[in-house]
Amino acid sequence: MVTIPVPEVAATPGFLVPEPFVVRRLTRETQDTFTLTVASHGGGDTSFVPGQFSMLWSYGVGEVPISISGDPAEHDCLSYTIRSVGAATQALVGRRAGETIGVRGPFGHGWPLAEARGRDVLIVAGGIGLAPLRGVIYHVLRNRRDYGRLILLYGSRSPKDLLYRKELAAWARLPDTQALVTVDYGGLNWHGRVGVVTTLFKYARLHPERTTAMVCGPEIMMRFVIRELRAGGFAREDIHLSLERNMRCGSGFCGHCQWGPWFICKDGPVFRYDRIRPLVDRHEL
Amino acid sequence: METLERIIAEHPYLSGIDPQWIELLSGCAANRKYEPGSYIFREGQEANEFFLVRSGRIAVEMAMPNHDPITVATVLDGDVLGWSWLLPPYQWKFQGRVVEPTRVFALDGKCLRQKCEANHDLGYELLKRFCKIIDRRLDQARFQLLDVYAVAR
Ligand SMILES: Cc1cc2nc3c(=O)[nH]c(=O)nc-3n(C[C@H](O)[C@H](O)[C@H](O)COP(=O)(O)OP(=O)(O)OC[C@H]3O[C@@H](n4cnc5c(N)ncnc54)[C@H](O)[C@@H]3O)c2cc1C
Ligand code: FES
Repeated sequence: MVTIPVPEVAATPGFLVPEPFVVRRLTRETQDTFTLTVASHGGGDTSFVPGQFSMLWSYGVGEVPISISGDPAEHDCLSYTIRSVGAATQALVGRRAGETIGVRGPFGHGWPLAEARGRDVLIVAGGIGLAPLRGVIYHVLRNRRDYGRLILLYGSRSPKDLLYRKELAAWARLPDTQALVTVDYGGLNWHGRVGVVTTLFKYARLHPERTTAMVCGPEIMMRFVIRELRAGGFAREDIHLSLERNMRCGSGFCGHCQWGPWFICKDGPVFRYDRIRPLVDRHEL
Repeated sequence: METLERIIAEHPYLSGIDPQWIELLSGCAANRKYEPGSYIFREGQEANEFFLVRSGRIAVEMAMPNHDPITVATVLDGDVLGWSWLLPPYQWKFQGRVVEPTRVFALDGKCLRQKCEANHDLGYELLKRFCKIIDRRLDQARFQLLDVYAVAR
């Protein structure tokens, strides 16, 4: 009989077995997107690195990977910004305060916050892709002297799809910070920028040689952004991307998220562009 | 006139251009201001100008029957607006609505077309600069059409 070695930690709640978390609040962000804040039933520590994700489980419906979108300085709760697209996400955003969901994780490698120390930080986000990057913004703002300028370029489909609108406005007013927002299509009531996210590069004051770029959004968007970054003089090793694939275990056992030699759940979801380039350029990204 | 030449030369569209062309271009340029809500041009109108935006914001809109217009791009400080003056039938395909107080240099396309016909070196220089802009806009328009933030069904 072949025995598959399973690490002891796998049996502890929160790794392969979901741990019960209680819903503290649910905040509507847009028509189909909500931020869910949960705390451990046992009051346990919830430390994470921005860019990591959890597997969120709704009883009787299923389990899905969702990035942690909250403040890494908070250690007693976790926030997730969830776009309701199908059964599992719909069940999650249908929860009320006091109800329970199952949480496993946090899993994966987050954004390179230590590497970026002393450098400017450029965040390029599209749509729901801002969620895994919000923690980076909180972290940089909380540790302002450890970083240079913070530049956020955020693109969304339309004004009504913009996440964190109040925070975006507040970030844009901060010193040493540029927060530029654009939408693909606007109406008469929208006085902001219109155009795809790459149109924002022109208005960003960038110094590629001292900037770490963190990019998250649909893969096609990231392809256009990489082109723009490379044309603007960014080195491949200064570009970091967060990738998505279907996931099951979240922890490198099942092979569901395999991508070439990597498991996205364990080796990613954040990757340095130069390391994955052979695959990125060959495959669909 | 000398001041107009100096200011025009500072616009990013003309960055690095041979100074001899600045004088020629300035002869076709006018300084203009627009207030929010006004239209710089409307779809279907004759396109005899293009604009070097000095400051402000203009929404490039597509008019929709029985619907509010849809903004497909915004044009800001340092941008160039319009290339319909370059090619027949010299007609605007979109409309330009001013969103914030805006200052532009309006360049007379008819006057420029004549100068370009008479001086192909100038024409080639301008075309190269416009091609670069058109290439970027085409790329951006393709990206926009992909509607990447929609849920895959
Ligand atoms: C590492 C990682 C982090 C993620 N972080 C977040 C997050 O922070 N917030 C969030 O809302 N989602 C996030 N996702 C995506 C999320 O996991 C999926 O939306 C979810 O699994 C859909 O499950 P469902 O049962 O609700 O919908 P399904 O029934 O599985 O799908 C419904 C429809 O949505 C489409 N769809 C499913 N997933 C995606 C997707 N990722 N992108 C585009 N279309 C999709 C399907 O094609 C289908 O048409 C993340 C995914 C990964 C891998
Ligand atoms: S989800 Fe199982 S290996 Fe990644």
